[in-house]
Amino acid sequence: MIAGPVAAADAPLIAAASDLRFALDDVATRFARDNRGSVRIVYGSSGNFRRQIAEGAPFELFLAADEAYVLALAKEGRTVDEGVLYATGRIALVVPEGSALRLEPRLTDLAAAVADGRVRKFAIANPEHAPYGRAAQEALSAAGAWDAIQPRLVLGENVAQAAQFALSASAQGGIVALSLALAPEVLGSARYVAIPETMHRPLNQRMVLTKRAQATARAFYAYLQQPAARAVFKRYGFAFPGE
Amino acid sequence: MDGAALLLSLKLALLTVAILVPASVLVARLLATHEFAAKPFVEALFALPLVLPPTVLGFYLLVAMGGHSPVGRWYEALAGHPLVFTFDGLVVASIIFNLPFAIQPLQRAFEAIPDDLRHAAACCGLTRWQSLWRIELPLAWTGLLSAVVLTFAHTLGEFGVVLMVGGSIPGETKTVAIAIYDRVQGFDMAGAGLMSAVLLLLSVAAITLTYWTSSRHRRRHEHAR
Repeated sequence: MIAGPVAAADAPLIAAASDLRFALDDVATRFARDNRGSVRIVYGSSGNFRRQIAEGAPFELFLAADEAYVLALAKEGRTVDEGVLYATGRIALVVPEGSALRLEPRLTDLAAAVADGRVRKFAIANPEHAPYGRAAQEALSAAGAWDAIQPRLVLGENVAQAAQFALSASAQGGIVALSLALAPEVLGSARYVAIPETMHRPLNQRMVLTKRAQATARAFYAYLQQPAARAVFKRYGFAFPGE
Repeated sequence: MDGAALLLSLKLALLTVAILVPASVLVARLLATHEFAAKPFVEALFALPLVLPPTVLGFYLLVAMGGHSPVGRWYEALAGHPLVFTFDGLVVASIIFNLPFAIQPLQRAFEAIPDDLRHAAACCGLTRWQSLWRIELPLAWTGLLSAVVLTFAHTLGEFGVVLMVGGSIPGETKTVAIAIYDRVQGFDMAGAGLMSAVLLLLSVAAITLTYWTSSRHRRRHEHAR
């Protein structure tokens, strides 16, 4: 019942933003099936990983949801180079079954739903260290709903936890990564609508090899930039720079 | 079910018991048999992990063992890898947050042994070690068992400190408690539920064992009187 590809203890450690939780497991499974090697992926918030890598955590590859964290590590000399953009993220409004919140892409129903009690709890990732939380906050502000929703917010430590909160029966919705809303594990229990990219600053997702990177991590880094991996990312709602 | 995480937790718990409990026997005996001015303060220090939020402990451990601290740098120079985010770091953290769980039951048990007995042992020519091994530990065995079981069970259950100083690295610092948290975020409620049930059963079994032995112990003492 171990989710994701089974990996040997000497497989390289990869730190990945939580929005990648299902998409990257998918890519890693293909990578292993092609006999290119196995990797161990740890999911969490990009901000936490940035700090952990600066503290000497043994990650060989870091896939962030916000390029600022990667560039900061590069400046500190923790990485091989400045890395590459591997995808652009999207956010989505998700509601659990039974929620009376309407799925308006521009979040136009949200302030009204708070006012009339249809939304009592609303989940986003913590904007302070989770890029998807920051994007959610920007979209809520753009919709003019931030002040109304703020007292109702439950903050996930990362975007996957926010999704789990949003789709628990205790909340009436949330804003999470589109990639999570599209994951088969999640889709069964939720309805979603993608939020226009114009409502938040772009989620430029950058990855970088750290100074610890060995051959398998480098191979995985290259694999992630190939069409096969990109096709998987595309299925999870990611876009690509320059496309 | 994340078998690797469960194995890692068991390994951490056994190692913590193996290091901490023998050391605690000596500390607890000292505290039980000696009075000194700073004793309340020393006892308070050892009890701190009971009341301190795990995040506070985690924060100080992170600062104390991290790459910017002298301890962290010294360890990295010696071992070739940092102390935080490694199993070694978890062992250090685990020993610290289990101090009261190991020391307190042992100290209570040693305090229950009358001083006369220790004096009699000394009069019979037993050295302190002999007295500890042959007289005191056999009398304090329920305290010893409690220390072992509580330390073991508490290590399996610790979450906050482990998350802060360990991260969640598979096979290295991803204990079963962390794996449950991770599974919930991965929308794998079945996996989280199974691991939670295993932890629940282990904990109930462990605590029942200590209550059962201590009640038997009490009954026997009452009969003896």
